[in-house]
Order: sequence, then C-alpha cells, then structure tokens
Amino acid sequence: MSDPATLHDTAHAVPPPPLTQDVSTVKLVFTLVFAGVIAGVLLVFAFHATLPAIEAHKAEVLRAAIGEVLKGPARYETLYVLPEGISATLPSGAREKDFEKVFYGFDAQDTPIGFALVAMGPGFQDQIKLIFGFDPRAGRLLGIKVLESKETPGLGDKIEKDASFRTQFEGIAAPLLGVKKGEKSAENEIEMITGATISSRAVVRNLNQAVTRLQPLLLAYLDAQAKVGTTQEESNPKATASTPNRVVPVDADLRSAAP
Amino acid sequence: MRKSTAQEDLLRGIWRENPVLVQVLGLCPTLAVTNTVENSLVMGIATFAVLLGSSFFVSLFKRFIPNEIRISVYILIIATFVTVAEMCLEALVPEVHKALGAFIALIVVNCIILGRQEAFAAKNTVWRSVLDAIGSGLGFILAMLMMGSLREVIGYGTFLGIPLFGDSYEPWVVMILPPGGFLTLGVILLTLGYVEERRRANRVSAMSAQERA
Repeated sequence: MSDPATLHDTAHAVPPPPLTQDVSTVKLVFTLVFAGVIAGVLLVFAFHATLPAIEAHKAEVLRAAIGEVLKGPARYETLYVLPEGISATLPSGAREKDFEKVFYGFDAQDTPIGFALVAMGPGFQDQIKLIFGFDPRAGRLLGIKVLESKETPGLGDKIEKDASFRTQFEGIAAPLLGVKKGEKSAENEIEMITGATISSRAVVRNLNQAVTRLQPLLLAYLDAQAKVGTTQEESNPKATASTPNRVVPVDADLRSAAP
Repeated sequence: MRKSTAQEDLLRGIWRENPVLVQVLGLCPTLAVTNTVENSLVMGIATFAVLLGSSFFVSLFKRFIPNEIRISVYILIIATFVTVAEMCLEALVPEVHKALGAFIALIVVNCIILGRQEAFAAKNTVWRSVLDAIGSGLGFILAMLMMGSLREVIGYGTFLGIPLFGDSYEPWVVMILPPGGFLTLGVILLTLGYVEERRRANRVSAMSAQERA
C-alpha cells in the first residue's frame, strides 16, 4: 500500500473532496451558549421553586429526630461547638453552617433533659450519621436515631429498622461495649445484631467517640451555666426563670469582678 | 421503509420494543434501584418525565441544532430535565429521593433517553416524538415495576410495604441485594425469551398444519 505508484493512482482517480465546513464555528459556539443560558435560567427557577420545601423537610427531619432522642422535649436551644468551647452565640461574622451544633432540650417545667448530639463515622459501606440524646452529668445515653446510612439493605440497615437494637441505647451509661447476642452481662453492654456485626459495632464506636469528644465540652458548658445561674440568683433573687437577656449583664459583672 | 402510524409510535416502546426487556438498554437503574416497588416506580416516573421533556424539546428545536454539536445539545437538554426532576423529587418525596441517591443524577446517562433522541426525536415531528417518548417511558416503568415487584415480594415479603405472607415468611435477603437484581433480570429475560420461542414454534406448526390440510 505504501507503493508511491498506488498512492498516485488513487489520488489521480478520485480527487479528495475539498474540506468544507457546513456550519461556522461561531454558529456552533453561539448555539451551545444559547442552550446553556436557557438551561441555566430554567434551573435557577426550579431551584427557587423547590428550595423552601427541601429546607423545610430537612429542618422537620432534624426537629423530629431531636424530639425522638430526647423523648419529646418541650423546647430546645441550639448551641454551637466553637474552638474555645460550647456557646449559645456565634462569634460575630461567623456563619452558622461552619460549626457543629448540639441541641439542649428542656421539658415542660423547663428542667434540662439533656443534649442531642450528632455522631458521624465510618460504617460498613459509608459514613453513618447518628443523632443521640445524652445526659453529660450522668454520662448516660437517652436514645439514638440513625439520620443517614448506606448500610446493606436487609442486614446492616437493621441498625435503623430493628427497634430492639435501638432501644438498648436508652438509659445506658457510656462508654458502651458491644457483645454478641445473648451475652449481655454488664450494664453498659450492647447486644450486636446477628448478621450486622460490623454495622452494629460501627454504631457503638461512633457513639463512644462522640461522647469522649463532646462530654468534657458539655460539662464545661453546664458548669459555666450553673455558675451564672447561682450568681444571678444571689444578685437578683426575684428572677427565677433565667432569660438570655438577664444572663448577659450578670456575665459581664462576673468578668469585671474577677481579678 | 414504510412510515409508522401514530398508534405504532405510541405502542412500540411499551412491549414489542420495550427499552429494557427487548432492547436491553438502561440496565444501570434497572439493576440498581429496583429493590422495592416504591423505588422502582419513582425511578420509572422520573425517567419518564425526563424522556418526555427531552423528546419534546429536541424535536421542537431540531432545525436549529447543528449536526456537529447535536449530542452536546441533547445532553444539555436531558441534564436540565434531570436536575429539575431531582429537585422536584427531593421536595416532594424526600424519603424516596434519599433511597435512590446518585441514581437520579445518573438518569442523564441512561441510554434509553439519548437513544430515543438520536433514533426518533431528531428526525420526527413533535407530536410523534412525544408519543414515542410516552411509549418508551411507559415501557421503562413497566419493566421497572416487574423487577421491583418480584424483588420486593421475595426479598422483603411485602408489596409497597404491605406484608403479604405473615411472620413465618423468611425473606430471601439476596433478592434485595445487588445480585438479586441480576438474578431477577435474568429470570425475566429468560421467561420472555422462552415464551417468544414457544409462540414462534406454534406459529410455524400452525402454518405447516394449514399447508397439510
């Protein structure tokens, strides 16, 4: 085929067609840009139309989960985990999204029930995201709920669906220890789900890690609150229910009084 | 080649040229998200909506789309509809949206949709393209429902979450795991192939009997 004669012959027999461009590049680019702009505009409309429903659902899911793990609190406060400790207020200029949140629940008599904390860590397939109720003074869990998991359907997803597994976490003292089914001998032991040992262990491990990480912060927060509370009662005995507005000046007094 | 009628355009995709069961296209969602009837149905409807919207717009704008960049423009149109569909699902049925996960976004690369644009919508009128999209979309929903029903009934012992067999039924967990998708699809395709073969054999024997008579 590389014979020059052959090449010459073919070239002679069939002249190659001139390279023509049916459509100008400008038109191609213009068409794509135009289609892209229309698609973009449509997407913006669809995004704005659906956003409220999506956000509302997310908030509702979180609220329901907090209610479930704290056993129906009358109200809850959202606190932020800042580098220097847990605080009810954000430093100025900080965005709410950037910080981990904990939820402080109260019952109808305004007695604190405990905190709802989020624990996230690796499971069998992907990250498992849990929310759990926790009483830091007693070191006890109040209840757990799986927020997100991709565990094996029918096996690992029993951590969400198996009620007898979930109820074991109610009132149990941390740190937890996972044991085989039917071998529970101590108070802080959790029986693993048969066929879902890795997922069950992951739940226990994630909960323990979250407790170790957050319990000191929560205790520090509660101690600070208690200090504020007592000082406030001494200085202003008539104020029984502490409102955030009152807390601030008292806090300022404390700071000025300190050497 | 003879021009097809409107009725043929509509009916073709539902059974005789079913995109999944006959053309064996779009297997990724067919295998991946058919573990329950609900997931299958929502996936089917989402794909149906995307297919319908894309076919409509592709056939409407086909005169303005230069041949050189037609695939890019089709994908752009399809992707827009998929994104809209995803947002709508998240707003309307958040639980199912969570269960379907990445597979909604992957409707973009479902070859049933691009296939219908290339094979039909790019060459036919808007009306015919819409009919064709409805047919293929329904065919896809049908196939998804066949898969989903079999897998949920055997794998969970439920249909749309309603228990069917009572507590004594031990679910075949494998059916709702990925291998179950392959098993179910294999069984469905085998059965359909067998039925088709029998029908053809019957037709041949009937014809030869006629000849003898």
